[in-house]
Amino acid sequence: MKTTRREFIKISSLGAGSLALATPSLSWLGGNEEPMDDTQAKRYANYCEVCFWNCAGWAYTNKEGKLWKIIGNDVDQHSMGRFCPRGTGGIGAYYDSDRLKTPLIRVEVDGKQTYKEATWDEALDLVAKRLMEVKRKHGASSVALFNHGNSGKHMSHLLRAFGTTNMGSPANAQCKTPREIAFGATFGHELHSPEPLDIRDTRCLVLIGSHLGENMHNGQVQEMSEAIDKGATIITVDPRFSTAASKSKFWLPIKPATDIALLLAWMNVLINNEWYNKKYVEKYTYGFDQLKAYVQPFTPEWAFGETGIEPQNIIATAREMANAAPAVIVHPGRHTAWYGDDTQRLRAVAILNALLGSWGARGGFYHPAQAKVPKFQTPEYPAVEWGWKVLSEGKYRMANAGITNVLVDASHPEWKNEKKIKAWMVIGSNLMATIPNPAYTLEAIQNLDFMVVVDTMPADITGYADVVLPECTYLERYDDLRVSEHRQPNIALRVPAAEPMYESKPAWWMAKELSKRMGLGAFFPWNDYAEVLDFQLKKLGTSLEEFKNVGVMNLERPYEDLYFAEDEEAEFETNTGKIELYSTAFEEEGYPPLPVYTKHAQPPEGYYRLIYGRAPMHTFSRTNNNPLLTDLMDENDLWVNPKVANEWGLKNGQYLWLQNHHGVISDFPIKVRVTERIRWDSVYMVHGFGSTNKKLTRAFGRGISDTQMISEIMLDSETGSTGMRGNFVTFITEDPRKEVVS
Amino acid sequence: MRYGMAIDTKKCVGCSDCVVACQTENNVPVGYCRDWIVENTAGTYPKLELEIRSERCNHCDNSPCVRCCPTGASHIIDGGIVVVTHVDCIGCGACIQSCPYDARYSHPEGYVDKCTFCHHRVENGQNPACVSVCPTHCMYFGDLDDPNSEISKMVSTRKWKVLAPEAGTKPQIFYLV
Repeated sequence: MKTTRREFIKISSLGAGSLALATPSLSWLGGNEEPMDDTQAKRYANYCEVCFWNCAGWAYTNKEGKLWKIIGNDVDQHSMGRFCPRGTGGIGAYYDSDRLKTPLIRVEVDGKQTYKEATWDEALDLVAKRLMEVKRKHGASSVALFNHGNSGKHMSHLLRAFGTTNMGSPANAQCKTPREIAFGATFGHELHSPEPLDIRDTRCLVLIGSHLGENMHNGQVQEMSEAIDKGATIITVDPRFSTAASKSKFWLPIKPATDIALLLAWMNVLINNEWYNKKYVEKYTYGFDQLKAYVQPFTPEWAFGETGIEPQNIIATAREMANAAPAVIVHPGRHTAWYGDDTQRLRAVAILNALLGSWGARGGFYHPAQAKVPKFQTPEYPAVEWGWKVLSEGKYRMANAGITNVLVDASHPEWKNEKKIKAWMVIGSNLMATIPNPAYTLEAIQNLDFMVVVDTMPADITGYADVVLPECTYLERYDDLRVSEHRQPNIALRVPAAEPMYESKPAWWMAKELSKRMGLGAFFPWNDYAEVLDFQLKKLGTSLEEFKNVGVMNLERPYEDLYFAEDEEAEFETNTGKIELYSTAFEEEGYPPLPVYTKHAQPPEGYYRLIYGRAPMHTFSRTNNNPLLTDLMDENDLWVNPKVANEWGLKNGQYLWLQNHHGVISDFPIKVRVTERIRWDSVYMVHGFGSTNKKLTRAFGRGISDTQMISEIMLDSETGSTGMRGNFVTFITEDPRKEVVS
Repeated sequence: MRYGMAIDTKKCVGCSDCVVACQTENNVPVGYCRDWIVENTAGTYPKLELEIRSERCNHCDNSPCVRCCPTGASHIIDGGIVVVTHVDCIGCGACIQSCPYDARYSHPEGYVDKCTFCHHRVENGQNPACVSVCPTHCMYFGDLDDPNSEISKMVSTRKWKVLAPEAGTKPQIFYLV
């Protein structure tokens, strides 16, 4: 058997001596002390890093000065003073005793690979040396960065200075790129985060596969609740009876993979009944006549054949939207990489909103505003030899950011292009649980000259690193100001509420230390990140010390333009200056200018479509070992319709393994949940479980990783995003890895 | 003064934020909780209904846990809040047996613990931790004796139910349905 170059190491390092003193006491969790009066407690401004919503709040310490709890900042527009369960439980990320504790270096002892605990100097010297070697041999562009979150920004600054733009985040190609490109092509404005949805004032919210309430996009969940109070109609399209479906006036239990058929039929109904917003369409849009002619075949009766949704329900829901218009939101969703025609689907969503006149309307999409924050001056980045676009080889022409999966392709032994990726830096991004087909990703990793992983936790990816750098949590560090688009321009501050535990360090410190070792010190002309923040805040008329007392600042909008005024003239940033129902940009690039419905494969006999989603108490695989959040949910389960369970003789609570239509068998078993809430042709699980790293004492082997079961990747032709919902699984009731004694 | 809580099942999404907020606020050890989420599904696909509830001690007017406590550790304080004085509790568990809501647990330190309506916060004019954190604003806490309080208005204008009314405990948590 060929030994792989990078044996997975379970972070059980040599010289575990320092581990003993590093075990954190969970006394705050087990203590019997009476809670204190929090008006007397010390608190530290922060914004949450448990998910991308980045809610601003306060980290409180108790009488002993130890971290106690996190509460939302009342004036913050993201959190409105209330954190979600993950943010509230973020304290568990700090106290998790499985955290990465020291830098680790891969070594071989007696033919076996293991990690050696290293000093920061040793580890950083080695990372700098290896990256410089790769640069000398293959050029700076052959180093790729996979990043996520706010600490990733420090490393992207370092690597831009180093000379590469080959950077990708799963937040794009595995998540929201199709949506961003589709809305950009239609309205000339991408949605970004948080999306500019005026849910609190909407009269009709349409959710298509978006399960608000299970995904705790905090501000949106709060506003959906407010909209329910105000009597808004909710329409949910989902093969699963989601929590949102249970709050809906209309639940359309759609046959999976047929969403575009429904969207086209809605357009047909709105246009042919003249229920669309005529004045708006005439004033602001381009291509209505082409759209009208195009949607004629897509009648509700036709769509019934595709989607299984009764024509009268298609018409009734279209009527409901038209009645509410323009205070209606056909929700763009966030994770939109489903079937490989995702940009087309999201174009259909965007067009539908345009027909209803919701873009720029109260109760629809507002115009967000963003604060201008002065930059701390650093030298110009060097020109790059070649960038990520070269790797797409003429495909994915609408993509506007590095495509993670293409960076993986360019690292893989089968990659033929002479431009290759030879080294990875991975920060805050557990690629084995985000990019589908992890077996292929692993082949790419084995082909690298070098990989360094920066993380707070020993994730699945961490075990394959040559060097592991332990990052402290967001509660123990400074980071950039949060400068988000929202109703009001705003900034939020993150300051440490505690000293970094163990030997962990902030990413800004690692980036600066690496820069010194790589001759890039000029790009980090400060000693401490607090200096950068103080500089920026002083330019804004305050200071770091002063801002620590408020945490969040909301600024006045420069113009009163949250919504379009009556008959306002407007120019959109598209080729025609109009909202493009017919996309000239897509046409120019050779993509369909009007959304195309593609019939997708349906599961073969005995197989079920694998649908995955979110639980309110977890963020991907990032929280799967958090002691507070695993207390709420420590494994995922497999939703199976009772009819299917009967056929297979499956019992509620039994464990089984899955095999997909390519023969991939799950590493671990999953618990069956027999429920009426899922269609008979699909099964459902929450994403982010089934961790393969034994060092995660609460997460290892708990449930199945949906990502592992996704080997059919339906690439989005416009953007290269990885459609992940075309995988079919069947059940294995006996342990497939059981050794047979002969 | 009679404290109570109303919880709107039409808005609750069952996210469990109330559970974590209670755990951190009150130092509830990992593995235990003073409040929890219940989900009930009814019907068959696609005619389905789902009710989600955040449950906790009902701070009953007629509280069996207080009656059966041999030491007086379980008692009622101002506003009708049922509390356990930890130092007086011998951990016999009689109250756990008597509670129709399974709202009490044995703390690893040897006493019985449960929801206090966060009276340490209520004394300061703050809401209980669960109420103040809830992202859907589905919980209302206040004085049922005051007809102008938000909770009184909720209970007088909305349809509601209480849990296990047959137990005759006069629970003070109202589920808006």
